[in-house]
Amino acid sequence: MTFDINRRSLITGAGGLLLAGCDKIDASPNVQKLLRLGEGATYSAQRIVADRAALAPEFTRAHLSPVFRTNGNTMPASPDYQQHVAANFVDWRLIVDGLVARPLSLSLAQLRAAPHRTQITRHDCVEGWSAIGQWTGTPLRLLLKQAGLSSNARFIVFHCADDSGGTPYYESVDLIDAMHPQTILAWGMNGQTLAVPHGAPVRLRVERQLGYKQAKYVMRVEAVDSLARVGLGKGGYWEDSAGYQWYAGI
Amino acid sequence: MSDAPETAAFYRHKLPTRLWHWLNALSIFVMLMSGLMILNAHPRLYWGKYGANADHAWLEILPGHVRVGPAMLPGLGVFGVTREGRGYAVNPLFTIPSHYDLAGSRQWHFAFAWVLVVPGLLYLAWSLLRGHAWRDLRPTLAELRPTNIWHDIRQHARLRFPTGEADRSYNILQKLSYVGMIFIAIPGAILTGLTMSPGINAAWPWLLDVFGGRQSARSIHFICAMAIAAFIIVHLIMVILAGPVNELRSIITGWYRPAPDPVPEPTLAEDAA
Repeated sequence: MTFDINRRSLITGAGGLLLAGCDKIDASPNVQKLLRLGEGATYSAQRIVADRAALAPEFTRAHLSPVFRTNGNTMPASPDYQQHVAANFVDWRLIVDGLVARPLSLSLAQLRAAPHRTQITRHDCVEGWSAIGQWTGTPLRLLLKQAGLSSNARFIVFHCADDSGGTPYYESVDLIDAMHPQTILAWGMNGQTLAVPHGAPVRLRVERQLGYKQAKYVMRVEAVDSLARVGLGKGGYWEDSAGYQWYAGI
Repeated sequence: MSDAPETAAFYRHKLPTRLWHWLNALSIFVMLMSGLMILNAHPRLYWGKYGANADHAWLEILPGHVRVGPAMLPGLGVFGVTREGRGYAVNPLFTIPSHYDLAGSRQWHFAFAWVLVVPGLLYLAWSLLRGHAWRDLRPTLAELRPTNIWHDIRQHARLRFPTGEADRSYNILQKLSYVGMIFIAIPGAILTGLTMSPGINAAWPWLLDVFGGRQSARSIHFICAMAIAAFIIVHLIMVILAGPVNELRSIITGWYRPAPDPVPEPTLAEDAA
């Protein structure tokens, strides 16, 4: 009888055991609970060290990325949305509702006529890449003020026109980020009308968080007191479908 | 032939050093392995404030290769592998989790960042205040002379390690690598990690100026991580070569037995006597 164990099979065998062990640890609900403690600590620590009005760095036009990469959906599949594109969004309305005194329904022309802010900021994808672009849009806090945000509201939810496998995109932020001066509903990019691949007619810019929070194709802004009834309860499409962190300041 | 005489053990590593060593070992392993999983999501590195697919990457992981500038280096089975028909920038053997899971690896990375930073700061404060860093890790001018460093490199290459009295303190190569890890690579990895956070960018924008932009910080973060990984490999080899039982005992209990001085070769005259 001979033993035919070569080095490679030993290494892959030992590696396989190790991997199985690691994956078991990763799958344990108690381990995940511990890791979520770290996530909570990060959110609290960032809220402590950053002033609520601390601005994300702004750049000059010389720093604009030559090509601003698109990501996620670049053309929503919904027929309603495609009709809006064909009609140049003339019948499109942005809804602001939920825990507000006076729900709003605003046309793109009304949004563009409102006070706006232009900022050149860096967009950081959770994957690791960054692109610098110029955004022009209406500060979210002006809309929430006009709608009369209720004192019961804790989060602002963004409902979008694009979907993945039938689930529409949605995202949410806390009131600190919703009221932040750089948080805008952008309708202009790099001095031009916001293009469809980048989220026309309006996308959210919440400059102190990662790319998946910058919801594109925003149709409705809803004020809520809890995220429990939004999607599967974690506050966003990627949070619910793949376990991404709701607070994406890191 | 006689056995070398037993030397007396002495108390080398105080409790804070031993506690920090093991907490740090745990957190560094999780940080490296979860960090390598995160790299899978975009295995391209840039210099400057921005960088994405259309921009020039100075380092890029390709199937079977790592391109650094114009040079194509072999992936060595670590980088650019294919497993079950799927390409990975980093071999899943070295990542947490061991399948593609960016959200999961970020959860591990940012939880264990606390285990890295909090004990690290406590240890740093202790070793500076109690004189450990100054007394045991500070290279002297004499040790820093190139002839001395070259001598130590040659001795190490021949696997001749310090003995007796000389083995009671760190040699210059140990001092330089420990100082490099404790004061450069680990703080560098932590600070560049913070520089990649858009939330921290708003709080401490000066970090971006220190490292030359977010994508430069990401590149330096990777370089620090690879330096730490290289340190660990050499560190483990040296532990095995220098006597794993003695070394492990000293970092667990604190007690270290210096290597005995070599016994002089018996002379012919003595043999005849």
